[in-house]
Amino acid sequence: MINIVVELSKYVILTLMIVYTVLCYYLVVGKHASDRKGLLRSQITLTFFLDFTAFLVIFLKTFDYKVVIFYAEMMVYFAMILILYRRIYRNASMLLLNNMCMLLSVGFIMLCRLDIASANKQLLIVACGSAVALVIPVMIRKMKFLKDLTWLYAGLGVVLLGAVLVLAQTSYGAKLSLMGIQPSEVIKLTFVFFMASLLAREVTFKKVVLATIVAGLHVGILVLSRDLGSAVVFFVAYLVLIYVSTRKPAYLCIGLAGGAAGSVLAYHLFGHVRQRVSAWKDPMAVYQNEGYQIVQSLFAIGTGGWFGMGLCQGSPEKIPVVKNDFIFSAICEELGGIFAICLILVCMSFFLTIVEIALQIKNPFYKLIAIGLGTEYAFQVFLTVGGATKFIPMTGVTLPLVSYGGSSIMCMILMIAIIQGLYIYREDEDEEIERHRREAAKRARQRAVEAAAERDY
Amino acid sequence: MRLRQKEITKKRKARNKEYTFVSIFFGIIFISMIGYLIYFDGFKSDDFINSPYNTRQDSFSDRVVRGKIMSSDGQVLAQTDVSEDGTETRNYPYSNMFSHVVGYDSNGKSGLESEANFTLLTSHSFFLTQMKNQFLNEKNTGDTVISTLNANLQSVAYNALGDRRGAVVVIEPSTGKRLVEVSKPDFDPNTIEENWQYLVNDENDSSLLNRATNGAYPPGSTFKVVTALDYFRKKGTFEGYNYLCEGSITLEDHTIHCYHNTVHGQENFYSAFANSCNCAFADIGVKLGGASLRETAEDLLFNKNLPLTSYRTSSFSLDKNSVTPLIMQTAIGQGNTLVSPMHMALITCAIANDGVLMKPYLVDEVVNDNGDSVKKTEPAEYKRLMSSNEANLLGKLMKQVVDSGTASALSGRSYTVAGKTGSAEFDEEGHSHSWFIGYSNVDDPDLVVAVIVENGGSGSEAAVPIAGQIFDAYYANQNQYE
Repeated sequence: MINIVVELSKYVILTLMIVYTVLCYYLVVGKHASDRKGLLRSQITLTFFLDFTAFLVIFLKTFDYKVVIFYAEMMVYFAMILILYRRIYRNASMLLLNNMCMLLSVGFIMLCRLDIASANKQLLIVACGSAVALVIPVMIRKMKFLKDLTWLYAGLGVVLLGAVLVLAQTSYGAKLSLMGIQPSEVIKLTFVFFMASLLAREVTFKKVVLATIVAGLHVGILVLSRDLGSAVVFFVAYLVLIYVSTRKPAYLCIGLAGGAAGSVLAYHLFGHVRQRVSAWKDPMAVYQNEGYQIVQSLFAIGTGGWFGMGLCQGSPEKIPVVKNDFIFSAICEELGGIFAICLILVCMSFFLTIVEIALQIKNPFYKLIAIGLGTEYAFQVFLTVGGATKFIPMTGVTLPLVSYGGSSIMCMILMIAIIQGLYIYREDEDEEIERHRREAAKRARQRAVEAAAERDY
Repeated sequence: MRLRQKEITKKRKARNKEYTFVSIFFGIIFISMIGYLIYFDGFKSDDFINSPYNTRQDSFSDRVVRGKIMSSDGQVLAQTDVSEDGTETRNYPYSNMFSHVVGYDSNGKSGLESEANFTLLTSHSFFLTQMKNQFLNEKNTGDTVISTLNANLQSVAYNALGDRRGAVVVIEPSTGKRLVEVSKPDFDPNTIEENWQYLVNDENDSSLLNRATNGAYPPGSTFKVVTALDYFRKKGTFEGYNYLCEGSITLEDHTIHCYHNTVHGQENFYSAFANSCNCAFADIGVKLGGASLRETAEDLLFNKNLPLTSYRTSSFSLDKNSVTPLIMQTAIGQGNTLVSPMHMALITCAIANDGVLMKPYLVDEVVNDNGDSVKKTEPAEYKRLMSSNEANLLGKLMKQVVDSGTASALSGRSYTVAGKTGSAEFDEEGHSHSWFIGYSNVDDPDLVVAVIVENGGSGSEAAVPIAGQIFDAYYANQNQYE
């Protein structure tokens, strides 16, 4: 009997996810749909049904009451965040919020299934992060001086990354964390702030050179720390920000050529880069060594097929660091390839929403921040999903909002809060303009009335 | 006023052009990622999940009764019997006969049981049946693997080899179907668990070793095929070669004898090959040199991967610095060269198939418990090992061996044969393994056979008669195979 529930749940979860994904795109395309609010609300309903089904299955398969407690806690968190956002920030992007809840849900489901202790820890961090994040939109509105801290951002980035390189222990072949915190995650935020504040006003050649030097320092230190994934993310964010602020495609071309040359150089200089490439080219040939992880990942994806094995029916724990870098493979194995495609589409909708916000902002500093953070998000998704499926060599980064990882999830929550803050600020901008226009019209009317009155005399 | 508004929107649009470009760029990246995932799930994943390294399948056995393995002529080679109380036993009706090629399912799995593990533990039963089973908490039936192995030919080869040690490989050269694979000494897969300790520790017999694919034998005179090909590649023709065989040849104080010191007298290339004249081929080898021989040997997959999942890479040691005595030895198939019977069969397949090696395969079709086809293997080209012209000329040489040379026992039958014998010396006293490689129906080859009989003497003594019995059995029941 339990088997049939588990088997049916596969299709229920998949259907809910497909409808959710379709709604995401309908909401982006049909921006002025009359029942927009209703559709946004039904997305939340779908997410809740999906959570319920998934946790029911996990409970039926484990009979572990911790699952029930976790589910209850998670629902309280979602309820809180949804209510608070609607109360405090009426103007926030609800689609972004919905997508955040969906991606967090998928992450919680997989973590709960893989290791309930990590799930609890993750939920705690997400809840704390969200509490802090609630004040960020206010801060963005009040702290106008944020755009003047250019060199503070740069200094912080270089010093912290340098400290990791010098002091950190090597884990999984890379130097990542200090006292359990991964500074590179925080630096992803400060780096974009640095680039945005430097390039917000008029862009001179000198500024481009300065930006290149600082970006080069960031990327260089990360490569030396063997944190290739982050290095590439920083590089791409740098390229995009230079391109959109200078509006010169030439810079993009030079940058891409430089990136390609740098990759070739890194391939010849560093053994760990070569290992990643050989594991990507023919993982079976190096199965006993560097190919093991990717082969296990491909076994998982392939075994799952289109519809997946069903929750708790596969063996994703066979993949090393599945909770962090290979959560996508675990999703493919248990929830199936079609679900995974929907997940990629939700990530893409998440990114497009951020770009949409960037397009609407007029303040150049905030505009650059939005596109910079969006770029980092999109590229990180590309690195982890592409890596797990052997589309590109594995670089070892997390799937934002889904993977386990304290620093990563914390910074993602902060990043979303910043983008929400920018969105709200944009609405304020609009309101201000509207107010100006109304006042001007009022004055004009008044003048007309006065003039008429004068004529009457 | 309105004009200004327009200008502003225009300006804003221009400013946003880069943003649109960036979002399109990432949109393409996301879409291609999805495309790749679809490609992987649809076409690529089979290559990975069927790997013996994939142990995920083992958990499937909780929900699926392992499927059957059948021969191409409809015999059951392996099946799982479920007793009343639900205990499952894997049963091998042919006991020892298919022990290596079909393999065993416990103690780490081997052979086809390992190679097709994923398929055997996957059920493609009618979906309503599957749902009913799930509802009743009963197991589904795994898919049946119909192998390319022919039970009748296998038993002929198995019995022909008798008590002797060695291996027999039979392949259909035009498709790559593996019809027969015998290796002796063997074991009974039905009792593998009870006898495991004994089998693992028995270094004397090493019965668990599949000699057909993983055996390492000196190729003996069968290697002269490689030397001949290299000669042709260098000279462009076999004509014009003349040699006076005096029963032995001495170069740089190293002497090589013809088998039993036979004096072959005046020979051209064809008769030297047919007589398997060691002196002539040592002379040819030295003239070709180590580097040249190595190049041709590696073209024929020595020191290279073979298109199989389990095999031993054949080794060939000559290079441009090799000394003359070693070249003389290697050119006639002694020296440090080691090869598996399967590899020699694959080389023969390429010769029989106009130079093209077809990818050898064991799984012909996968069907569900109802007999409906799930997947059929289509023959596929692996690689061209030599030109069509080279293949035909080597075939001519091998035809001579049967017509007037060391394998003449196979001439004058209802079918034609081309082949090469070998006597591979393996100790100082001159004991030798008996080799034969060859194919039947020379104009449109049907079967490639490779036989080795350990310590069997010359090729014509032990190996040739076994090949003869296999060919006879095939052509006696030919309509059965077509």
